[in-house]
Amino acid sequence: MFTAVILFTVLGSLLGLGLGWAAQKFRVETDPVVDRIDALLPQTQCGQCDYPGCRPYAEAIASGEAPINQCPPGGEAGVRALADLLGLEPLPLNPDNGQEQPRRVAVIDESACIGCTLCIQACPVDAILGAAKRMHTVIEAECTGCDLCLPPCPVDCIAMVPRQSPWVWPQPGQNARLAASANVRTAQAGGG
Amino acid sequence: MLRDAMDQAKLAGATLHNFHGGLQLRHNKRISCELPIERAAPAERFYVPLLQQSGQEAQPIVAAGQHVLKGEAIGCVEHLGSGYLHAPTSGTVSAIGTHPISHPSGFDGRCVVIEPDGLNQWTELHPVDNWQQADPDVLRQAIRSAGIVGLGGAVFPTAHKVDEASRRGIHTLILNGAECEPYISCDEMLMREQPASIILGARILQRAVGARRTVIAIEDQMGAVHQALQHALRESAAAEIDIVKVTTIYPEGGEKQLIQVLTGLEVPSGGRPTDLGLLCQNVATATAVARAVTEGKPLVERIVTVTGSGVRRPRNLLTPIGTPISVLVEQSGGYADDAARLVLGGPMMGYALASDDNPVIKAANCILVLSSDEIRPPQPEMPCIRCGECARVCPAVLQPQQLQWTVRHGLWDETVSAGLADCIECGCCDFVCPSHIPLVEWFRHGKSELRRLEAERLAADSARQRFEAREARLDRLKQDRRRRMEEKKRALGDGQEKQKRIADAIERARSRRQENP
Repeated sequence: MFTAVILFTVLGSLLGLGLGWAAQKFRVETDPVVDRIDALLPQTQCGQCDYPGCRPYAEAIASGEAPINQCPPGGEAGVRALADLLGLEPLPLNPDNGQEQPRRVAVIDESACIGCTLCIQACPVDAILGAAKRMHTVIEAECTGCDLCLPPCPVDCIAMVPRQSPWVWPQPGQNARLAASANVRTAQAGGG
Repeated sequence: MLRDAMDQAKLAGATLHNFHGGLQLRHNKRISCELPIERAAPAERFYVPLLQQSGQEAQPIVAAGQHVLKGEAIGCVEHLGSGYLHAPTSGTVSAIGTHPISHPSGFDGRCVVIEPDGLNQWTELHPVDNWQQADPDVLRQAIRSAGIVGLGGAVFPTAHKVDEASRRGIHTLILNGAECEPYISCDEMLMREQPASIILGARILQRAVGARRTVIAIEDQMGAVHQALQHALRESAAAEIDIVKVTTIYPEGGEKQLIQVLTGLEVPSGGRPTDLGLLCQNVATATAVARAVTEGKPLVERIVTVTGSGVRRPRNLLTPIGTPISVLVEQSGGYADDAARLVLGGPMMGYALASDDNPVIKAANCILVLSSDEIRPPQPEMPCIRCGECARVCPAVLQPQQLQWTVRHGLWDETVSAGLADCIECGCCDFVCPSHIPLVEWFRHGKSELRRLEAERLAADSARQRFEAREARLDRLKQDRRRRMEEKKRALGDGQEKQKRIADAIERARSRRQENP
């Protein structure tokens, strides 16, 4: 009996040490729930949710600190996706955070730009290119349409324009101009 | 396992197999095969759309007012290295403006508009000398710069396909002459009239990709074609080329279906024929390759079938890209009195056009004009009764009834796992559906919606990366600043020494002020 006690004590402590070592060695740095929430957020980095970017908001949701309805760019669909992921009831978008709107892109009126670099510093995704006292321009493909470059501009030369969305084959019955498929009667089944 | 499959694929065409589903359709090809191929009448103005295939628009590399020669590059496509777009005739670029283009959206698109000078003068051509000895790289480069795309309808850049095939190594080239869609006869007429150029193209392609043999697949209903090809084959004395007749069951001319018929093997979902050591090209593409290599001529024209009972004299016309469709209809005897619908492509996979001002694009294999009694009257859509007819005829072995449900409800994950990407949009399911559900239209919608979502996801990923990189950079700058401040503070020392240094500095500043007031 004494041997058994010793055996199990030794075994237990060895396994415990092993587990402790593994917990240190293979520790997952971030909370995977945060990653999964972050993956559902639109990455506009606009801060309309009252957090300084999508990831901080994801962290706040994960810790239960923020509700899921504070992301206007994600819209109702985004709220539903978050609700599905977290097993919560979908909420209507909080109007205090802003309205859902179509995706937009910033355009700098290059003749009015004075090259102050303030918008460059404000852009959360480094999508504005330029140097001091040189004209600035927006890298259209990288602009998330977050509006953060608008307030700092001293000459008000930045406009938000709707982003041209790619053409999507319409749902049947929605394309009034064309009946997309040919619908031929004579191509009937039966020999040649 | 994969090795076995490769070995089996090497026997392509030795025995014929079946694919799942498919339909026996009324052929309707003979009406357009009665007249020989003729050159299309010169158009008054050519509209070359910069968007020739789904995906990326070409960048124009000419300016309005510039004079171009036939075959001169006028646009550059970066997408998948598909090379260039060329002027279909010599003349002046009058504008780069919007014009209705042949696209299912019915939208206008940017076109290079060319006013022909009537001389139809070729630019300087650079054929490959002695292609039999030429380096395969040189041949592939010639294909790339000729702007050749798959002329069967998918318009996938040939250079990209050929490069991949040569990189991965293939043993058999399949030339697809099994033009399975009713009414379309451009490949059939090409094989009948220019069999030698197809054989030549096959041999060049074979050299360009390092294939050991070629199988030319034709439909068993194409009588004259077989003789013509046999004759050309005997003359060229190419021993490594076989002609195989396959049974006419729509859509046996689909790439994956044809491979299954010839080898009994399925191209894996998401895979390519190169996985089986095969490369599949349309016969018209082979002709374009032959022309590009031996004459140096880029792809500026293609054969277009103008047919249907809505035109008076159905026929095939060799048409420069950018020719307005109205020119072709005119040359085919004009519209019949009961012409009712203009379709680009065949009756199963084509789409209706809003106007005959639309120009011919590289993908345009057929202009189908339907009379009113050829059009199926619109039937109200009924609920799916789960009869399973669509699954029975689906050549991709999908469950269309299930897929339409997931697409309709936006269940995108389920749609992807149900295999929407494998749908070839052949229209068989649509055709047999007793509830008249427009299945293929749903699938086309689903595919383009999935593409859009994927693009959005990529954009979000990029924004996330850029945001994180910026945060990291700002943090680093902050740390740097703090460290510098601390170093300065440390350099100042402490106690009396610090007091003295500060006093000294103030003294220095004061004396400087007194020197230069």
